[in-house]
Amino acid sequence: MNGEKPRLRWRLREAGLDGVTLLVLPGVLFVLALFIYPFLYGLGLSFHPAKGDWLANYRRFFSDPFLWRTIPTTLLIAAPVTVLNVVLSVPVALRVRRMRRQRLLTTILVIPITLGTVMVAEGLLTYLGPRGWLNRTLILFGIASGPVHLVHNYWGVMLSLLISGFPFTFLLTLSYVTGIDPSLEQAGAMLGARARQRFRHILLPLLAPGLAITLALAFVQAFTVFPSAILVGDPAGATRVISIAAYQAAYEQFDYSLASAIAMLMAGVQVVIIVALLGARSLLFRGPASSGKG
Amino acid sequence: MAPAPHDFRELRLDGVCRAFGHVNALHDVTLSVGRGEFVALVGPSGCGKSTALNCIAGLLQLSAGAIWLDDRRLDDVGPEDRGFGMVFQNYALFPHMTVRRNIGFGLAAQHRPKAEIARRVDEALALVRLAGHAEKLPGQLSGGQQQRVAIARAVVMEPPLVLMDEPLSNLDAKLRLEMRAEIRRIHSMLGCSTIYVTHDQEEALSLADRIVVLIDGRTRQIGTPEELYTAPANADVAEFMGYRNLVASDAEPAGDGVMVTVGGGRLPGTPMRPLGGRVVVAIRPDDLRPVLDGPIVATVEIAEYHGRDFYAVARAEDGTDLYFRSERRIAAGDTLRLGAPPARVLVYPA
Repeated sequence: MNGEKPRLRWRLREAGLDGVTLLVLPGVLFVLALFIYPFLYGLGLSFHPAKGDWLANYRRFFSDPFLWRTIPTTLLIAAPVTVLNVVLSVPVALRVRRMRRQRLLTTILVIPITLGTVMVAEGLLTYLGPRGWLNRTLILFGIASGPVHLVHNYWGVMLSLLISGFPFTFLLTLSYVTGIDPSLEQAGAMLGARARQRFRHILLPLLAPGLAITLALAFVQAFTVFPSAILVGDPAGATRVISIAAYQAAYEQFDYSLASAIAMLMAGVQVVIIVALLGARSLLFRGPASSGKG
Repeated sequence: MAPAPHDFRELRLDGVCRAFGHVNALHDVTLSVGRGEFVALVGPSGCGKSTALNCIAGLLQLSAGAIWLDDRRLDDVGPEDRGFGMVFQNYALFPHMTVRRNIGFGLAAQHRPKAEIARRVDEALALVRLAGHAEKLPGQLSGGQQQRVAIARAVVMEPPLVLMDEPLSNLDAKLRLEMRAEIRRIHSMLGCSTIYVTHDQEEALSLADRIVVLIDGRTRQIGTPEELYTAPANADVAEFMGYRNLVASDAEPAGDGVMVTVGGGRLPGTPMRPLGGRVVVAIRPDDLRPVLDGPIVATVEIAEYHGRDFYAVARAEDGTDLYFRSERRIAAGDTLRLGAPPARVLVYPA
């Protein structure tokens, strides 16, 4: 009409800002108050050690094997269990996708999420302990001469993380798998490709970006393992994970500054792994996993 | 490209049934497709035509019956081993592969030498006139180009039989006409047999050597396009083939034909099957025309201008709505007389 600029409100709306945008404010405040602020506070605190210069905490961490070894220890638990969970999720999700009673099976598989770590640990201790039914059965049938040690060590934590982590990776993987147009696999079959070839050349490449995300999220969950490392693990030895070191620094030695430094290192390791995963992801095809228009 | 090497005489469907739960999607379908033939499976949506195609492809198991390729029984062979080409409704191109890799996928799965794959893919690309697009991803192509890639991917394997599931339904009207001609051209160049599913009777008429009409999972008529167009076997097929005027009536024998009542007017018709008492009269809108001494008196309700003529709906004296065409300008509210040649007034038992 005339040469006037459109009203400010309209221009804001063009840019995606209107009254509804205000609804993100509580969320932003929440993140600022409960994540950003504590994080920055902790970061600052880690540079103010009880004694020594500003890097003393970090120097101490890397010179004390009892502390720095928690990083390889945690990685040795988190990395295999993450990979194992994702690798198990893929075939299960591919099978479940074709099932008619999908919801029932999904519910059963998801129950471990609702149980919580402590409950799972309880169960593991009861069933897999030295006098649990598994060992009794093994000994009864002469398969093992003495009890097989599956709890209070590395394997206890592995099993616990497998049980509590699997539903999570499974659900994520299922959603990625169902996002792939089934006619692509049919097209592969019509062109003579065997199931293995179809998986390798059609499903896997389309699934890979989603699997990278799943790996990243599952890894973060496993890397921050704490309760099961204590309850079914060997918290003084094989499963002395990094969160135990942070806990002990904070609540047994009351050295919040050192605890903060350990938490920062924990975050650092996670960031490195996630950046590596997402970097690898960016090399993959990430278009829609369907074909055609409309 | 060389003609399809796997020669066969006929593909035979023998009493093929397919049920989903308690619903019979296909009921006792028997059909034979000869070498080089272009057969269209048509019918209203939900009639089982896609089910039939998927059964032939091997993507669906049969509930009963058998499928034979000459004397080889096919219905317990997986889709991988049937060696048929298929063009999907949504094209089903692999989105993460270039056009070249899409087309070469089947050859690569057979571990053919690289040089042979490259040569045959180039030939297929030339066949569908996409030579310059080999290194693009499907997402970078238009709908019509994706369609061509899908066809190239199916025919590069030199299959004896190509299955097409409503391949043109996602294209706009102009492209659809172009691709229709293209499909016919490729079919006759390659000499393979084609089974083509569509709900569009016009598409079937223009493409096919033979048309199979499926209604409610049953074969209702198999014939040449001309047979189906001029002489549908029953009223259901007539309805699908564009006989929009279907009117219930009484019939009285009159000479070679019968006299029927349509919209209050009496007119002679052609009995298509032995009749008795109640009948259904089927007339194409193209055959019902305004004529000075027509037996049906009707008032125009809607008249659509279609360029060469008008397509109109008129209400007859007894309240029946009749669809017809008129070359003369007409407008809503006009009262006129309609008539049809007796040979084009088809009468079926009700």
